[in-house]
Amino acid sequence: MAEQIAEEKEGKKGRLEEPTPKLILTSSPHALGEDTIERIMWAVVISLIPATLAGLYYFGWDAFQVIIITVASTLAAEALYQKMSGHKIVIRDGSAAVTGLLLALTLPTGSPWWLSVIGGFFAIIICKQLYGGLGFNPFNPALMARVFLLIAFPLHMTRWSVPHPLFTGIDAKTGATPLGDLQVARLTGKGIGEAARLNLFDAFIGNIGGSIGEISALALLIGAAYLLYKQYITWHIPVSMIGTVMVFSGIFWWIEPAKYANPVFHLLTGGLIIGAFFMATDMVTCPVTLKGQLLFGFGCGLITIIIRMWGGYPEGVSFAIVLMNIVTPMIDRYIRPVRYGAIKKKEA
Amino acid sequence: MHTIAGEGIHPIDEKRRTASIKIEELKLPAKVVIPLSQHIGAPCEPLVKIGDFVKKYQKIGEAKGFISAPVHSSISGKVIAIGRFPHPSGNQSHSIVIESDGKDELIEGLKENTNYLSMDPKDLKDIILNAGIVGMGGATFPTHVKLNPPKEKKIDTVILNGAECEPYLTADDRLMVEMSREVVEGMKILMHVMGVKNGCIGIEDDKPGAIEALQKAASGTGIRVVSVNKKYPQGAEKTLIKTILGKEVPSGGLPMDIGVVVQNVGTAAAVYNAVRYGIPLIDRIVTVTGQGINKSGNFKVRIGTLLEHVVNECGGFNGEPGKIIFGGPLMGIAQYSLHVPVLKGTSGILVMTKEDIKLEDFRTCIRCGRCVQACPIRLLPNMYSILAEAGKPKEAEEYFILDCIECGCCTYVCPSRRPIVQQIRYIKAEMRKAKNKVA
Repeated sequence: MAEQIAEEKEGKKGRLEEPTPKLILTSSPHALGEDTIERIMWAVVISLIPATLAGLYYFGWDAFQVIIITVASTLAAEALYQKMSGHKIVIRDGSAAVTGLLLALTLPTGSPWWLSVIGGFFAIIICKQLYGGLGFNPFNPALMARVFLLIAFPLHMTRWSVPHPLFTGIDAKTGATPLGDLQVARLTGKGIGEAARLNLFDAFIGNIGGSIGEISALALLIGAAYLLYKQYITWHIPVSMIGTVMVFSGIFWWIEPAKYANPVFHLLTGGLIIGAFFMATDMVTCPVTLKGQLLFGFGCGLITIIIRMWGGYPEGVSFAIVLMNIVTPMIDRYIRPVRYGAIKKKEA
Repeated sequence: MHTIAGEGIHPIDEKRRTASIKIEELKLPAKVVIPLSQHIGAPCEPLVKIGDFVKKYQKIGEAKGFISAPVHSSISGKVIAIGRFPHPSGNQSHSIVIESDGKDELIEGLKENTNYLSMDPKDLKDIILNAGIVGMGGATFPTHVKLNPPKEKKIDTVILNGAECEPYLTADDRLMVEMSREVVEGMKILMHVMGVKNGCIGIEDDKPGAIEALQKAASGTGIRVVSVNKKYPQGAEKTLIKTILGKEVPSGGLPMDIGVVVQNVGTAAAVYNAVRYGIPLIDRIVTVTGQGINKSGNFKVRIGTLLEHVVNECGGFNGEPGKIIFGGPLMGIAQYSLHVPVLKGTSGILVMTKEDIKLEDFRTCIRCGRCVQACPIRLLPNMYSILAEAGKPKEAEEYFILDCIECGCCTYVCPSRRPIVQQIRYIKAEMRKAKNKVA
C-alpha cells in the first residue's frame, strides 16, 4: 500500500513537469515537398510563354490585345467573385492566370475585346467558382468558355487572320485555317486535294492560320518538355490522345488518301498539340490514375478525329476534351490502381 | 539493381550530416527512465520496487503475454520511482526510474557462448525473448514473436533490412559499417533459428560503405547482400520484400504468409550480442541530427536516457528548437517534452529549428493525382483526405484504408499541403471507435 502511494506521488510529479521549451507538435510527415499549387500553376504559365511569343510574332498587336484583355478578365473575375463571396482572394495562386492565358491562346486574333471579357468571366465564374472554386470544377474552365463562345458567337470565333510576322510589313488579312479549308473541301464533295497539302516546316514553326497559341508546334513542344521535365504533367494523356488521332487518321488516309488528310496534317494543324499537352492534362479535370489517364487520352483523341473527319465543325479538340471531362468521375470510379498484395490474396 | 517501380518518392536527403561520423558512446546519464512498454503488445510487469538496487543488464520488467518483451536496467543504481512518465509516443507510460550510482556495475554470471550455431533453435528463441529484443527499425515488434510463426506457415527466407530510407538517419548505416561481423553473425543465428538457407540483406545504394563491409563479412556464408535503389519508403517491410523477392505480402497479411521474416540489421546485431555474450538489449545506436542541434552524430545511447541529457551532451540547441522528432522526418513522432526517454525503437533524434518549420493552411484537393502515383501500396490517398474532410470516415473502408502503412509519401507530394496521413489516422481511429461500439 505504501508503495502504491509513493507510486502515485511520483506519477503526479511526472505529470507536472512543464514542457520546456515549447515544441511544435504535428502529425508525421515532418518533411514536405517543395511543390505547391502556386509553383505548379506558375510553371504552366511559364511553359506557355514560347507559344505566346509565337502568337505575338505571327499576329502582332491583335494577339497582344486579346491576351491582355482575356488574362485581365479572368483575374478580375476571380478577385471579384472571391471578394463578393467573402473568400480569401487567392489570385496569387496562378490558377486564374493559367485559365486566362489558355483561353486567350485558343481565341482567333480577330476576335473583339468584349469576346475576351465574356469568355474570361464565363470561365472563372460559371465554369469554376460556381462549382466551389479550384479543384471542384468538372470541366476545364478555359475550354468550356471557348466552347461556349464558339456556340454563342460563331462568327466572331472564326475570324482568323493570316500570319503576318512582325517587322515584315505585311498587313493583317483574314483567312482560313488549314482545318477550315479541309472542311470546306470535304463538305463541297470536291475531294480534299489542295486543302490537305501543307508546308510541314511552316506548320511546325507556326506560320499557318489558327488560334493565337495553337499555331506553333515547336513553341508548344518546348513548353511541354518543360512541364514533363518538372513532372507537372505525365506523358500518358498527350501520348494516348495524339497517338489515337494519328493512328485513326492514318488508317483512313491509308485506305482513301483522296478523301482523308494524312496523320501529320492532323498533328500539326488545329489545337491538337496545345490540347493534348496543356488542356487535357489539366489536373483538376483529368483522372487521377495513370491508367485512367491513358483511357482519357484515348477518348479525347477518338472524339477529336471523329469530329474532324465527319463532324459539323472543322476542329474537335475542345469538344473532345470537354466531353471527356464529363467521363472523368466515372473513369476514376472504375479504374483504380491494383493495391499492393491484392491479387495474391485470392490465390492464398 | 533492384527497384520499386513507379512509386514512392525521393525526399530531400540530409544523411551527409552524419553518414561519416563514427559511433560514439554517449556519456552515462545520471538517471534513466525505462518505460515498461517499449514494444508493440502488452506492457511488462515490474520486477523491482522503489529503493531496490539494480545492476546493469538486470531484468526489471517481465514480459506479460505472448506479444510482449521484458526490459532490463541499462545502468547500475537505485530505483527511485515507478510511475507514469512522459513517453515518446505522446502519452505517458508506466516506467521505472533508476538513479545511477556511477559505477555501471554488471550483473554476475554472464557467460560467453561460442557454439551458438549448434544450439537448439528453441533455446535460442528463449535467449532472444529473455534479452528483450524487439524490432529496432522503429516498429518495435517483439522479435521472438516474429521468430515463432504458426506451424502451417513455412518460412523459407530471412531478410535483413538495412535500407534505412528515412532522410537524415545514418544509425543503421554506421552500424553496418562498424559492426558488420555482428550483423552477419546475428543473421546466421536468425537463419538457424528459422531453419532457412535463403538469407538476404537489403541496403539502399547510397550506402556503398555498408554494402562493401557486409559483402566482406558475409563472403562464404551464402548470405546475399542486395543493393536496392534509393527511394523512400524502400525500407518499409512490404516494399523491401517486393523489391528483393518480387513477391507481395497479401493485403491484410504478414510477411510470414509468403514465407518471409524481415528483421532490422540492428536487431540482428542485438541478437548476436544476446546469444554470444548473454547481453540483453540495453542500448542502441541513435542518429542525433538536424539544424537545431549543435553537435550531430551517431551515438550509442543507453535505453532510458532522457532527451534532455542527449541534447546537453550534443552541445545544446542551435537557435530555438521548433520540433524534436524521434525517428526520421517522414514517419517519426514529434516530442512534446525533453523528459522523454530513448527507447529500443528510437533510431534517430531530429531537431528542427523554428525557422525550418512552415505551418500553412491546407487547400482544397486539386485532384492532381500525385499522391496516387506516390503511394507505394497503390491506394487512393486523395479519397481518404476528401472523405475525412467531409466527415465520412466509414466510406474510406471501401478504399482499403487499412492497407495504408502511413509512410507519408502522399502528404510529402501534396501541392495543396493537405495533412493526408493525419486524416488517415483520424479515419482509422473513427473506425476503431465504431468497431468497439459494436463489440
